[in-house]
Amino acid sequence: MPPETRAASAIRPAPEGPPPPPRARGFDWRAAFVPGLISSASIIVVFGALGWVITSAEQWPRIRAQFFSPEHMLAALPAVARGFLTNLQVWLLVLLAIAIWALVLAVLRSLRGPIFAPFRLMVVLYIDLFRGLPVLLLVILFGFGIPALNLPGLPRSGLFWGSVAMVLSYSAYVSEIYRSGIDAVHEGQRAAAKSLGLSEWQILIYAILPQALRNVLPALMNIVVALQKDVALLSVIGVRDAVREAQIYTAQTFNYSSLVVAALLFLLATIPMARLADWINRRDRARRLQMAG
Amino acid sequence: MADIAIRGLTKYFGTRLVLDRVDLDVARHQVMCLIGASGSGKSTLLRCINRLVEPDYGTITLDGTPIDARSFGRTGLQARVGVVFQSYNLFPHLSVLGNLTLAPRKVRGVPRPEAEARAMDVLGLFAMERFAKAYPEQLSGGQQQRVAIARAMMTDPDVLLLDEVTAALDPELVGEVLRIIRELKARGLTMVIVTHEMAFAREVADRVAYLAEGRIIEEAPPEQIFTRPEHPSTRGFLARVLPA
Repeated sequence: MPPETRAASAIRPAPEGPPPPPRARGFDWRAAFVPGLISSASIIVVFGALGWVITSAEQWPRIRAQFFSPEHMLAALPAVARGFLTNLQVWLLVLLAIAIWALVLAVLRSLRGPIFAPFRLMVVLYIDLFRGLPVLLLVILFGFGIPALNLPGLPRSGLFWGSVAMVLSYSAYVSEIYRSGIDAVHEGQRAAAKSLGLSEWQILIYAILPQALRNVLPALMNIVVALQKDVALLSVIGVRDAVREAQIYTAQTFNYSSLVVAALLFLLATIPMARLADWINRRDRARRLQMAG
Repeated sequence: MADIAIRGLTKYFGTRLVLDRVDLDVARHQVMCLIGASGSGKSTLLRCINRLVEPDYGTITLDGTPIDARSFGRTGLQARVGVVFQSYNLFPHLSVLGNLTLAPRKVRGVPRPEAEARAMDVLGLFAMERFAKAYPEQLSGGQQQRVAIARAMMTDPDVLLLDEVTAALDPELVGEVLRIIRELKARGLTMVIVTHEMAFAREVADRVAYLAEGRIIEEAPPEQIFTRPEHPSTRGFLARVLPA
């Protein structure tokens, strides 16, 4: 083919129609091989050097025996794992209670009309109070204080009242997240629902809340992850969770490997949750970009 | 008797006067177009007719009955007066069918199968049955606006209020929405339309009212407003918005 014909056909589209779409490019192993090799080697060198520096330290054998002793870790595992099961149960129940109670608070606060003024004020005071107090203080106050009152007809378990303290405290934060989601729903949605004859209450339930919850799902996932580890605060009032069981083991053996076991169990649970939260965030962002485009 | 009669309607937003003693009559089966610059009070006037905005002074009657909760109950007015907004305001979490059936089911207690059958009928009027399962974000702006009109038609209202329904649309999508409005006029609906589409107002309106600074400056048949406006302010506005 003479060169000038080639140039012309490159500029002018082929008469049969547009050129075909470019071939989908899969993962090119050959192109990725050398950079992959370099980054792997680099990781091995840097982490190996760090490991060598740490393990060759004079005190390393003592550190290993104190924190990473395989025999102690294995011996502590059953009790710590049993405790961790308590953590997970409490986490799920507390999570459910927070989701509901915080929604009640957020809804009370977003009600319009002068009649609801006392409820709005109550919620504002509630949030100021419980956001301003350390969770630890509340857990101790409720977990030790209320059972000590011997109130008739009420549960006397420290676990129960400690969990209540966590629900009260976390709900203050979560209700603010809900409220930001409610506020972010466009005013036109309210107008449309009102023009169709929906009552204030129906507008909230059927038009506003479904959109608000979708708005705040990524922020809520953060709370879910944070709560998963904060349940361990209940160990200070004697609840036999993973941390408490690990401490008991430590007190008997003067070895801290049991706490490392507990730490590993927490990581095993929170890291997948964090990845899930990231994934929800990414999906949500993609959805928003799609809608904007 | 006039279908809608507005007398001395006055509305403040804070201390800003947005409607100033407005008198307006819209006769049954008539199309009234409200024109005027942004901020002239057109949309607020429209929203007062459905009580989305509560006026500070004045009265609005529908067939001689004041449009308050005492006369119409909490939802009676909304069943007789439908509204369509500039930004469609479809519920994004509900399908087209869900958007159309929400109010009938929750406000009027219509059972779901009946509400859905009615929704399919209304969608059929606009040749949109195939969108029933779609979600708003999957539709074009023109399609969304047609769904919004269908949603307002679910209660078979006597009056339809259209608030700049084509202002957010790409030019090539305006036509399909205007076509539906023409059909609704042919079906005898009373309509109050806020619009910037002067050609459309001239074609579809029986009367045109020009508003400026919350007052009705001039109200007349479209031919008169567009060819022989009496008031200098109307002339000035039309000179600005109409191509020379």
